[in-house]
Amino acid sequence: MVIPINLDIEADVLVIGGGLSGAWSAIAAAQQGASVVLVDKGYCGTSGVTATAGPGHWWVDPDHRDEAIRVQSSRSGGLADPGWMARVLDTTWRILPTLASYYPFPVDDQGITQYRALRGPEYLRALRQMAEDLGVRILDHSPALELLLHRDGSVAGARGIRRQAGGGSWCVRAGAVILATGGCAFMSRLLGSQTNTGDGYLMAVEAGAELSGMEFSNYYTVAPIYSTQTRSASYVFATYFDSDGAELDIDWGDGNRSLAKALLAGRVFCNLARMPQDLRDRLSQIQPAVLLSFARQGIDPFTDKFEVTLRGEGTVRGSGGIRIIDENCQTSVPGLFAVGDAATRELIAGAISGGGAQNSAWALTSGYFAGRGAARLVRGSGRRVHEEGIAIGKAGIHPAHSVMALDTRAIIAGVQQEMEPFDKNIFRSGVGLRGSLTRLDALWQDVRNHLYAEGVDLIKARESAALVATARWCYTAAFTRQESRGMHIRDDAPMPDPRFTHRLLVGGLDQVWTQLDEGSEPESIASEAA
Amino acid sequence: MIELVIDSRCTQCNLCVQVCPTNVFDPVINGSPVIARQSDCQTCNMCELYCQADALYVSPDCEHSSGVNEAEITASGRLGEFRRNSGWDEWSNHPNHKNLHHQMGEMFARGAQMKKSR
Repeated sequence: MVIPINLDIEADVLVIGGGLSGAWSAIAAAQQGASVVLVDKGYCGTSGVTATAGPGHWWVDPDHRDEAIRVQSSRSGGLADPGWMARVLDTTWRILPTLASYYPFPVDDQGITQYRALRGPEYLRALRQMAEDLGVRILDHSPALELLLHRDGSVAGARGIRRQAGGGSWCVRAGAVILATGGCAFMSRLLGSQTNTGDGYLMAVEAGAELSGMEFSNYYTVAPIYSTQTRSASYVFATYFDSDGAELDIDWGDGNRSLAKALLAGRVFCNLARMPQDLRDRLSQIQPAVLLSFARQGIDPFTDKFEVTLRGEGTVRGSGGIRIIDENCQTSVPGLFAVGDAATRELIAGAISGGGAQNSAWALTSGYFAGRGAARLVRGSGRRVHEEGIAIGKAGIHPAHSVMALDTRAIIAGVQQEMEPFDKNIFRSGVGLRGSLTRLDALWQDVRNHLYAEGVDLIKARESAALVATARWCYTAAFTRQESRGMHIRDDAPMPDPRFTHRLLVGGLDQVWTQLDEGSEPESIASEAA
Repeated sequence: MIELVIDSRCTQCNLCVQVCPTNVFDPVINGSPVIARQSDCQTCNMCELYCQADALYVSPDCEHSSGVNEAEITASGRLGEFRRNSGWDEWSNHPNHKNLHHQMGEMFARGAQMKKSR
């Protein structure tokens, strides 16, 4: 039995989340001379969807950027911003190579150093080492529960639990807080996403921030049915079959809608027989976990047919997240920044999934901007630790009414029953979304009125509250956007509607609201016309 | 999900307790860590990567415990496989385990090309 020890510390900048964007944030803030604390729910180095994968960055040399931006703009449903794309491409190009003394970037057969694509575990291990060398204090297994605000509404820090220190609490007072809590895939068993439960969205909205683009949250990725290996690269060589062995016509480029349709009709099987031999031979060196996972299950994926499913990516490969209002990735709450998958990626991806490449580049650059911006903010205004800091968390921490024994597993299952089924989330309709929202609203009433737990169980209570809240924001936005745009496709409104060529904000807790972000000028449309 | 902590190999360094992102293990005084919360395992294999003693085995089945047998797994040669394939630690300069991750782009391009020509 570990005696709980509470930890109270001060810092210039607090980073919540130690995945790709959080680690880059901490590094950038520390490079500006700020004292930085980084807290991670799990372990900075293995947590999150990057550590378990292999991010290839959106990596375009200066001569080809205009073309890349033009192509991306034309695909974004008019919601991306060419200026942000240029910033992200330029910053990725300049900053990623600065990791060279920590990550051994390979040199290819032509003698060219390969920066674009990194292996996740090595990448995150390198970032952790670099952050530690810069003096960043890392608290692992220290999930954040709630933010602290000053009386004037600006952020004052956060508090949470040290789950490997007997459930003691931590409290960090800081002049700026960066939310790097990842997207939310509703615990779908998407690789590496089990800890990404939307905690950052809930904390941000409680503080008064808005979300943007939460309707763009229904990207799905193929995986063997028993597996978390949502590593889809090999599936460019996939052949799909129904239970009778008849080959299925699955369109590779339609965002997995044809695969979802096939799965709604019955079981789907797959093999990778079309992968050329030379790639098979190298696959373990390209993606070390993929063949290993098949082999351990006794499957030869090149000859055997194995059953597949689609795992929901939610806002991980969706593009929605916390709205940012300035070039430093600050939210509308002063001193609160949002980065990586926790922030909206509509600025560079619009209504489609930016995929791994755009998301990785965004994680790096948003982290870099926010870390630098947060450090500069605190240099100007100070840490303000002598002012009162008020803890503002509600659902799952401070129930509005009497505490009741609620089963968090049942709450999470209730959310998943609305967010995972393809016929609810991929093939959307107003009627279907309304039905889901009615059930999710009832769940929210239970959670906000009665959910509470003690010690380390508070973590699960808070995660449950965040999952319910996130589901409501996603579907309220999807219900409001009565048109089809990008990945958001409404069967009852299959065409884009020009009135919706704006980003859509969503927020609120008991009363969820939406508002078209009329300020988000569809610049990409203008540049296309020009 | 995580299936085995192999006592005879474990050095009790407790690194797996520290690096598991979902806090699956508990340390044991004077003993190997135990799998305390198996159902929280997200089958990400990160613990195997950090286990220098190759004392951990993660089954690819993320929903069901496969009840694998320690002797069988030890004999299979699969222990430490992920670390080897990844060129991790002492494998980092091994010619058979060079990091070819950057060839992902080639993989996508050839897949797309093949699709187009079909």
